[in-house]
Amino acid sequence: MNRGLYARRRLTSRVFLTLSVLAAGFGIGSLALILGTLLTRGLNGVSLKMFVQMTPPPGSDGGLANAIVGSLIMSALAVVVGTPIGILAGTYLAEYGRHTRISFVVRFVNDILLSAPSILVGLFVYELFVIHMGHFSAIAGAAALAVLVIPVVVRTTENMLLLVPNTLREAAAALGTPRSFVIRTVTWRAARAGILTGILLAIARISGETAPLLFTALNNQFWSTDLNAPMASLPAVIFQFAMSPYEDWHRLAWAGALLITFTVLSLSILARIFESKRLSQ
Amino acid sequence: MNSNLHRLAGILAGALLACASNGAFAADISGAGATFPYPVYAKWAEAYRAKTGVGLNYQSIGSGGGIAQIKAKTVTFGASDAPLKPADVESSGLVQFPTVVGGDVPVVNLPGIRAGEIVLDGPTLANIYLGHITKWNDAAIKKLNPNVNLPGQAIAVVHRSDGSGTTFIFVNYLSKVSPDWAKNVGAATSVEWPVGIGAKGNEGVAGNVAQTGGAIGYVEYAYATQNHLTYLRMINKDGVAIAPSAANFKAAAAKADWLSAPDFYLILTQQSGHDSWPITGATFILLYKHPPDAAAAKEALKFFTWAHSPEGDRLAEGLDYVPLPPNVVQAISKMWHEKIDANAVP
Amino acid sequence: MVDIAVSDMSIPSDRLAAARSFSRSDARFRALTATAAFIVVAAFVGIIIALVSGSWLALKTFGFGFLTTEVWNPVTEKFGAVAPIAGTLITSSLAMLVAVPVGIGIAIFLTELCPRSLKRPVGIAIELLAGIPSIIYGIWGLFVFAPFFQATIQPRLIDWFANIPLLRDLFAGPSYGIGMFTASLILSIMILPFISAVTRDVFDAVPAVIKEAAYGLGCTKWEVMWQIILPYARIGVVGGSMLALGRALGETMAVTFVIGNAHRINESLFAPATTISAAIANEFTEAVGDLYLSSLIAIGLMLLCISFIVLGLAQYMIAILERRAGGRSQ
Repeated sequence: MNRGLYARRRLTSRVFLTLSVLAAGFGIGSLALILGTLLTRGLNGVSLKMFVQMTPPPGSDGGLANAIVGSLIMSALAVVVGTPIGILAGTYLAEYGRHTRISFVVRFVNDILLSAPSILVGLFVYELFVIHMGHFSAIAGAAALAVLVIPVVVRTTENMLLLVPNTLREAAAALGTPRSFVIRTVTWRAARAGILTGILLAIARISGETAPLLFTALNNQFWSTDLNAPMASLPAVIFQFAMSPYEDWHRLAWAGALLITFTVLSLSILARIFESKRLSQ
Repeated sequence: MNSNLHRLAGILAGALLACASNGAFAADISGAGATFPYPVYAKWAEAYRAKTGVGLNYQSIGSGGGIAQIKAKTVTFGASDAPLKPADVESSGLVQFPTVVGGDVPVVNLPGIRAGEIVLDGPTLANIYLGHITKWNDAAIKKLNPNVNLPGQAIAVVHRSDGSGTTFIFVNYLSKVSPDWAKNVGAATSVEWPVGIGAKGNEGVAGNVAQTGGAIGYVEYAYATQNHLTYLRMINKDGVAIAPSAANFKAAAAKADWLSAPDFYLILTQQSGHDSWPITGATFILLYKHPPDAAAAKEALKFFTWAHSPEGDRLAEGLDYVPLPPNVVQAISKMWHEKIDANAVP
Repeated sequence: MVDIAVSDMSIPSDRLAAARSFSRSDARFRALTATAAFIVVAAFVGIIIALVSGSWLALKTFGFGFLTTEVWNPVTEKFGAVAPIAGTLITSSLAMLVAVPVGIGIAIFLTELCPRSLKRPVGIAIELLAGIPSIIYGIWGLFVFAPFFQATIQPRLIDWFANIPLLRDLFAGPSYGIGMFTASLILSIMILPFISAVTRDVFDAVPAVIKEAAYGLGCTKWEVMWQIILPYARIGVVGGSMLALGRALGETMAVTFVIGNAHRINESLFAPATTISAAIANEFTEAVGDLYLSSLIAIGLMLLCISFIVLGLAQYMIAILERRAGGRSQ
């Protein structure tokens, strides 16, 4: 073997591996910077009041309770509706129609939906729900968010199912297991971590959306859990408060930003821990 | 995972049902539109609810959105920072009235220059925004400020990147004072800016001005006061150099001939009067003459009646908004009785 | 039952019944998944219909000229889509240029280099980057990053490149903080985890025996990554990158805050520009007048067309990749 060549190969390897360490450093550094900003600016706005009081006008005491609950309700509804549809559609693409023309179209359409600006999705739901119902509502807001959830889940589900080795499927099928059963108990299980990542990406995507909610759920200054009426949401409140002239609103906006981010973050971490516990069992 | 998902779904569905059946707290009057009056409407709504128990939910989705929503009948009232033309108000079966007055303040970032130290007139401001004047020590600025030590710095023009009522008032003023501006740029909620950089929102403009040496921008009056920005004085229509203050905005509003303007179609820029701040504007409410939901419209009008009471005025002033002069408030009430269905007027 | 049991059929009745019920439940499940797939298409068709009907007025008024003019004047109601289309393409490509290599680098770090004990925390940290809502990126970009960039990095970059012919134009002043470059950079941070998370997952899914075989032949770590793992997982990597590109093309809030919304094409990356979604988000709510609104919806339609073309090209690329690899199926 040529020693010089080998040395060069090892050098190349070193260089690129160092670059990949730098890449990881870039990613973690960015995260640290953003979280640092949120902590320094948001922490002094965080208090118990934030969770029990309504969004205030400037100069009054208040919190974000209505916005927190509104965001929770609408996001949960969107995930409950969007995730099953996304997983099933992804399953169709990966399991049943892998090479068919139809699934080529569905896959293509789904990728386009991924890039559709959320405000246009909001506009579509506005025409579909708000105009017909004659008023803004939390249902319309959740529908808009669900439309944003679906393509992300479809994409990741299909990706992960495709990675499940065919030998697994064949082994199960050889035992005489029906196909639907194989999918539910073998392939879904094997791809579980990836599908979960997809759902988390989807939650992360909708948790910060303002534009599609503006024309569907509107927003609400007061406490409301009526699904048929305008409902408050954290991103909309953050947006309005952050761009306002008043110092107390700024404080709440940053506190809300901190809250939203750390909720999504702890959700991801919890899901990961939960997942690793199951794997080790 | 399956059983867990099922359980989770069950819990969520239960929680949602519980939510859906519990609508007693819902605000039943909703309004949407202009962003400029959003803080004061929110302030009014809170106080009004504490007093009467009626919750009025106003959301700032933008003036364009407000006009579209009232036309689509998805809200009880719409709100706009620029008044709708009387013909449009009429053909849509709407009525229009102003609620509060505010306006724009030009702000700068120049080392050693204090608030109010520099004076500009309309044509000079327009020439800066047209890109004709590019240095702070330009002869035109020097002439207006003979005693100020103006630096030879380049002027960095900052404007709003998003469409806004604030921009509308500003460019409407520039159109009135500069034929060149009126001809080449014009007035709308967002325009084709000849020069400068766009920044998002009042916050963005103020931030960019603060960051950039030699910058000039414009922000809402409430914004400039709350954040103690370095504002400019302006020479008004009567040739007097005045500072932006609540009294000067009020003077412009009082001087305006509201009573002969159909549908209160009046843009308050460049009003005459010794104390009138030239870049003043009002914000407007749009409501149906024959409201689809008369009860909701009646509650909304009750709300605005209260908002124009001394109590409402005090709250508005606390947030650096300028209440309407009393004669305008009377004219608005008279118009309601003349034009809106009797069962919808308090 | 007894009848069948005494007949000549070779399959016992309970097995037959089970097979029937299996095939019924199979068919039901298949129909269920197909319905879900149909819902995706239906949502797409619905959005297209809403967009086409909304943009009809603008397309009718401006015709083909809508695609070739740079004017965007709400006062005279003259609109053209060139600037936002160019802005969208440039910011997305720049963001991909940064995010794809960095994202793959992170995935390599996580699968091959990272000490076992750090693997999980670092992996989660990168994924958390995707967990930050886009509005947070936006306000962080506007209030924290842009001022910092304007004060420190930007003037230096302008100075450095001042004498280099091509770069001089690309990095021309003045330093405003906000603009195309800032937007692209924030966009690249946002889409980074989409690439690295999916890439990491597919790297992990590469059977260990393949890697071991390559190491056994004396390959260096990098060669295993570059020549064994990456080709094996490439469809997944491309899929993740598509997810990221889709996000970059349509991302609204983060870009809206920092791009400056200028409907001009400027050769300097530091100049303000606009993207389709930023223009819509900045102007939609305040747009008065049917033609203005219609034009904003029309550029939204253009965005879907861009996605269509970009994705079509990507599919074509994948097909070529497949063929070159000798048609190895998944």
